[in-house]
Amino acid sequence: MLDYHLELALRNLRRNLVLTTLMIVAVGVGIGASMTMLTTLVAMSSDPIPDKSSQLFVPQMDSFGEGSKEHNSNWIPRQLPYRDAVALMKMQPDARQASMYPIGLNVKPARGAPFPAAGRATGADFFSMFEVPFRSGAPWGRRADDDRDNAVVLSSRLADRVFPGVEAVGKTINLGKRDYRVTGVIGSWNPLPRFYDEQAYAWSSDGEDFFIPFSIAIERQIQTLDYGCDATSLPPDWTGRLNSDCAWVQLWLELPQAGQVRTFTTNLQNYAAEQQRLGRFQWLPLVTLRDVPQWLAHVGAIPSEVRINSIIASGFLIVCLINAVGLMLAKFSSRAVELSVRRALGASRVDLFMQCLTETFLIGLSGGLLGLALTAAGLSAVRALRGIEPADTARVHLASLDMQMVAITFAVAIITTVCSGLYPAWRASRVQPGWQLKAQ
Amino acid sequence: MEILPILRSLRRNRVGAVLIGLQITLTLAIVCNCVSIIQQHLQQMRRPSGIDEANIFSFWNGWLGDPTDPAARVQGDLAALRALPGVIDAVATNSFPLHGGGSSWDLSIKPEKNHRKATSALYYVDQHALAAYGLKLTAGRWFRADEVGELRTDEDKFPATIVITQHLAEQLFPAGNALGRLVYFTTKEDIQGAQASLIVGIIQTAQTPFAGSSWGESFLENSTFVPFQYLDKSGVVYVVRTRAGQQATVMRIAQDKLYGLRNRRVIQALRPFSFIRHQAYLGERATSVMLEAVCALLLTITAFGVIGLTMYWVNQRRRYIGMRRALGARRLDILKYFHTENLLIAGTGCALGIALGLWGNAWLAVSLELTRMSAAFIGGGALMVLGLCQAAVLWPALRAASIPPALATRAM
Repeated sequence: MLDYHLELALRNLRRNLVLTTLMIVAVGVGIGASMTMLTTLVAMSSDPIPDKSSQLFVPQMDSFGEGSKEHNSNWIPRQLPYRDAVALMKMQPDARQASMYPIGLNVKPARGAPFPAAGRATGADFFSMFEVPFRSGAPWGRRADDDRDNAVVLSSRLADRVFPGVEAVGKTINLGKRDYRVTGVIGSWNPLPRFYDEQAYAWSSDGEDFFIPFSIAIERQIQTLDYGCDATSLPPDWTGRLNSDCAWVQLWLELPQAGQVRTFTTNLQNYAAEQQRLGRFQWLPLVTLRDVPQWLAHVGAIPSEVRINSIIASGFLIVCLINAVGLMLAKFSSRAVELSVRRALGASRVDLFMQCLTETFLIGLSGGLLGLALTAAGLSAVRALRGIEPADTARVHLASLDMQMVAITFAVAIITTVCSGLYPAWRASRVQPGWQLKAQ
Repeated sequence: MEILPILRSLRRNRVGAVLIGLQITLTLAIVCNCVSIIQQHLQQMRRPSGIDEANIFSFWNGWLGDPTDPAARVQGDLAALRALPGVIDAVATNSFPLHGGGSSWDLSIKPEKNHRKATSALYYVDQHALAAYGLKLTAGRWFRADEVGELRTDEDKFPATIVITQHLAEQLFPAGNALGRLVYFTTKEDIQGAQASLIVGIIQTAQTPFAGSSWGESFLENSTFVPFQYLDKSGVVYVVRTRAGQQATVMRIAQDKLYGLRNRRVIQALRPFSFIRHQAYLGERATSVMLEAVCALLLTITAFGVIGLTMYWVNQRRRYIGMRRALGARRLDILKYFHTENLLIAGTGCALGIALGLWGNAWLAVSLELTRMSAAFIGGGALMVLGLCQAAVLWPALRAASIPPALATRAM
């Protein structure tokens, strides 16, 4: 029966080619435009670390007090003062955790001119916590953190630039006029948004080129790129900066169990209260503990524009489908006579209904194919408009189709067209054969 | 034209009429909001930066090694650049309008905390910057050579004199007497014995380096010029203004000239200002083009929807149309019938579309800080959609009008 339906459907679609083309184009364009925008939204709002995003936490504490009120009641510094980060880390010595801050140092290769590179001072747990893959070597151990080892982990890009053609692990690299021993080179790892950073909302694909232990960065007095306070309220000397209330360190913890989260939250609140009792703050500092999704929402990682574009895209798809319903109504009812003849010859209502749905399905399939092509074209236009270079793989990913999105596009195309065909097909199957045939 | 018979016939084709009406409602609501977003972006992109955009180019210059005489080197470079044929003037600075990166500070009119203050971008410049940027001085004077100090990295130093933009002047001194007044560079703590800076000049317009980014919008035209020769260890930005039509030539020779002077340096991002502007508004432009495409497609689809459904109705009513023609209706009457019918449906759709569009706009106004659209704007949009539907219905209506009266007799 199915192949009979299919054969008839193909014949019918071919018979009214203009209307058929119009419907396929309408579905295709609707799918193409809306999927182009939705792909961008899905890519931007996808979880950067899916299996762990609810286990990774970043604590915040209002060390600004009065200063915070100038912004608004919801405002709380995104980073911690150095002394608080250190104190909080001592509360759960067994948990995976890392304090960190962004740094920039000049790299001096053996040959050629020195050049600046972006890096991060962090702890050994950074790599296991964030599941950073290693191309060779390994992260430095927790011992290195305690001993303030001059260890360094390089990105593949920097390793290949400084040590072309040779294995970098075990070599020594000169950063900011000091030597560091390479313990590992990370593989391809470029989470977008760069969720662990204070500026996670900046969708830049230029990740860190090197990581050094937090402890040695502090010892060697390497400045952060991102002081979370006015330059004027920043003490000029290093010890002063370490003891000040200027918030410039970020702390991430991995707390896999609900009990650990509760304990840490209590500890955090107690710590804040104690700081007030000690007279350091005139106010009871507000504290929060956010996991990755909450953190991304807090820093506003997804621009509101992307969200609005998706709403517009959905509206667009709805218009295209309403359009398809209208056209389908027109198409089926122009065939009332033919359907009546089939009814008169013994076809059941279900047969006619299935016949019409088969045609709808074919239109959905063709519309989906066209929509897929248009989505691909639309996304390459988006890449061109946003100035994304083909070599910039991380950002290209934000505007390109993967297998999952291809499947979703097809599913959306077929499900929506078949749904929009339900009513017209039902109407067509209710045809009154006697009346129609007599009218002829 | 009698409306009642049309309404009665529409009641029999409820579903089709509702579908087309709904489609028009959504189309109008979406298109109007898209156009108002596009307008806002275009308007943002068109705002003048205040500098001589057509004739300015810039580049970043970094020194290799740790030079002990950065001031002398910068002065040497500037002298060489200014001597190039076709160059009006050149300046070494930390930033320029739309550059992206720069520094900003809060300025206050009293040395104590909690006084009226405004956030401003800071440009560290010398006596040549007025000509090098091509700025327009509306009051007071520009810096003299003997006022220009030096500012090294990590130094906290405040100037004795400053020049600010008109917009900043009005924000700090709403009464409009900013020239010759003192302002203070505020810090978190009370400033004990803080040094006051005297406003010696007012510039008509100078956007901040942050124009084009969302957070820069709040102080877009608040710029302060500070008479310091900027000497950052990592490097400085050179801004060069050429005579009209000479930019390409000067850009070609400037780099070689500087490398010839001293080759232990890195020159990066050598770009005309037109490129900087293009980069600064890349996102806005991308969104605008995307929304324009959506609007065009949406209107096309809706027009085709109207054509398709009217065709269907015409086919359905062929015999009745033939009958009406046989009973004496003219072709014009048939044409009028379908146009009136469409006007009723599209009119209802547009009325609902105006409501939906305004509701959507109110929501956008909050989340995108979009300016509310006027009733006239969305009304105009509705008229255009009505016109489009009327144009779309013309072809099926003509087909209907060409149905011969004989059809009535034949079919019976």
